[in-house]
Amino acid sequence: MNIPLTAPFLGVLLGTLALLLLASALAFLLQRRHPERNYQELHSRIHTWWIIAFLFLGSLLAPRAVTLAFFAFISFLALKEYFSLIPTRRADRRVLFYAYAAIPVQYFWVYVNWYEMFAIFIPVYMFLFIPLRMVMIGETAGFLAAAGTLYWGLMTTVYSLSHLGALLLLPFPQGRVWTSEPASGAALVVYLAVLTQLNDVLQYVWGKSLGRRKVVPKVSPGKTWAGVIGGVATTTLLAVLLAPYFTPLTRRESVLAGLLIGIGGFFGDITVSAVKRDLHRKDSGAILPGHGGILDRFDSLTYTAPLFFHFVRYLHF
Amino acid sequence: MARLCRFLFFFGLVKPLASLVLGLNVRRRHWLPRRGPAILVANHNSHLDTVVLLSLFPYRLACQLRPVAAADYFFRNRALAWFVVHVLRIIPLDRTARAGTVHLLKDVSEALAAGEILLLFPEGTRGEPEQLGEFRSGIAHIVKAHPEAPVIPVFVHGAGKALPRGEAILVPFFCDIFVGEPLHWSGDRARFMDQLSARFHQLAAEGEFPAWT
Repeated sequence: MNIPLTAPFLGVLLGTLALLLLASALAFLLQRRHPERNYQELHSRIHTWWIIAFLFLGSLLAPRAVTLAFFAFISFLALKEYFSLIPTRRADRRVLFYAYAAIPVQYFWVYVNWYEMFAIFIPVYMFLFIPLRMVMIGETAGFLAAAGTLYWGLMTTVYSLSHLGALLLLPFPQGRVWTSEPASGAALVVYLAVLTQLNDVLQYVWGKSLGRRKVVPKVSPGKTWAGVIGGVATTTLLAVLLAPYFTPLTRRESVLAGLLIGIGGFFGDITVSAVKRDLHRKDSGAILPGHGGILDRFDSLTYTAPLFFHFVRYLHF
Repeated sequence: MARLCRFLFFFGLVKPLASLVLGLNVRRRHWLPRRGPAILVANHNSHLDTVVLLSLFPYRLACQLRPVAAADYFFRNRALAWFVVHVLRIIPLDRTARAGTVHLLKDVSEALAAGEILLLFPEGTRGEPEQLGEFRSGIAHIVKAHPEAPVIPVFVHGAGKALPRGEAILVPFFCDIFVGEPLHWSGDRARFMDQLSARFHQLAAEGEFPAWT
C-alpha cells in the first residue's frame, strides 16, 4: 500500500465524494428546473468524473507496482490517442512501436527507484534513438516533421506524466507528516492531482461567472483573464491550506507551489488546445464521455507533474 | 472444444485486443443489428477488422456472426483451417472457381435462415492500408436472394494502421467505427452497388482522416 488510510487521505476521499455528490445534485436540479434543455453532456461528464476520481485515488491504495502499472496505462492511452490524432507516416510504424515500448521501460526506472535513468532515458536515449531508427528505415520525405511530432508526444504523454509516478518514490521525511509510513510520496501525488484537477474546474467556473477579456483568443477562446486569475488564486489558497497535511512544504513554499500548479495547469491545457486546433479537432478522443479524450483530462498534468516534482525534490529531498 | 476455444478467443483475445490495446470510438452503435438475419458489410484493411467487428457484439450474438472469407487464404494449413471453421465460423468463399458462388449462396442462405449475421468484405481483399477499394458485385447476389435481411454498412478506420497487410508487428492505434444507416435491396444490382459504395464514401469522409502514406 502506497498510502495509509490516515486522516488526510480520508479527508481527500470524503472531500472528493462531497464535491461529486454536489455536482451530481446540481446537475439533477438543473435538469428538473429546465426539463426542456439537454444536459446529457453535463451528466456524462460528471459520471466520468466519478469513475476517474475513484480509479485514481483507489489506485493509490494498491501496492506500488499496481499503482505504477496504472499510471503507465494512462501514459499508454495518452500516447495512443496522440498517435491516432496526428498524421503519421506509414514508414514510421516500427518507430511508433519503439515509442510505445519506452513506456514500460520509463516506469520501470521509477519502480526500481533509479532516478538518474528516469530523468535522462527519454530526453537523452529515446531522443537519439528515434531519429536513428527513422534513418535506418530511410524515408526522408517528411522526416523532420515526423521526428519532431513523435518526440513531442513521447515527452508529453510519457516523460511528463511519469513524474506523477516518480512522486511516489520521494522518501517522505519522518517526523513531519504521516510518520507511520515514511516512504509515502503518494501524499504528494494526491496533493498535485487534486489541485491540478480542481484548478481546471475553478478556472472554468471563474471564467464562466465573470470572465470577459480573452487571454489567447486564437488558441482557446474560452479562456479569460478573470478565469485564469481567479482560478490560480483559489488554487493557491487551497495549496496553502492543504500543504501541511500532504507535503513537507513551508507556508511560503506552498504559495509558490500553488502558483506553479495554477499557472502550469493553464499552460498545459492550452498547449493541448493548440494541438487540437492545429489538427481541426474539438476533442483529442472519445474515451472519456463528456470530457473527450485522455489528453483532454490530463493536459494540465503534463505541465504540472514535472514542474511540481522538481520543485519539491529540489527543496526537500 | 470448439465452444471453449470460441469463449477463450472472445474474452481472452477479441475483447482485450479491441478495448485495451486498440480502443474503439463507435458512432451510431444503435444501428448495429440486435438479432439475425442481417448482413454486416465492412471495408477491409486488416485482419483486425474482424476482431474489432466481433467485439462490438455481446458474446451470444458474436457467436452468430459468420465472416465470409477466402478459402484459398485461410485453408493454407490445417491448424488455421480448424481455427477459422470452428472458432471464427467463417463461410468459405472459393475465389478461384466460378462454381464457388453456388456453394457460397447455399451456405449463406442456410446461415441467414438460421438467424445468423453475415459479415462481408466486398472489397474482396485487404488491399492498400486505409484506402477504400472498389466493391465487387458478388454481394449483390446475396442481398438479392435475401431481401429480408437488412444490410448494415460499417466503416472501420485505424485497424489498417495498426496491422496492415504484410506486417507482423501490431502497433496500437485507436479505431474509429462509423455505423451507417441500414440499406435494403433496391431491386437493381447496379443501383444497389452505387448506393452501397456511396454510403461508404460518405462514412469515410465523415472522419476527415488524413491520407496515410
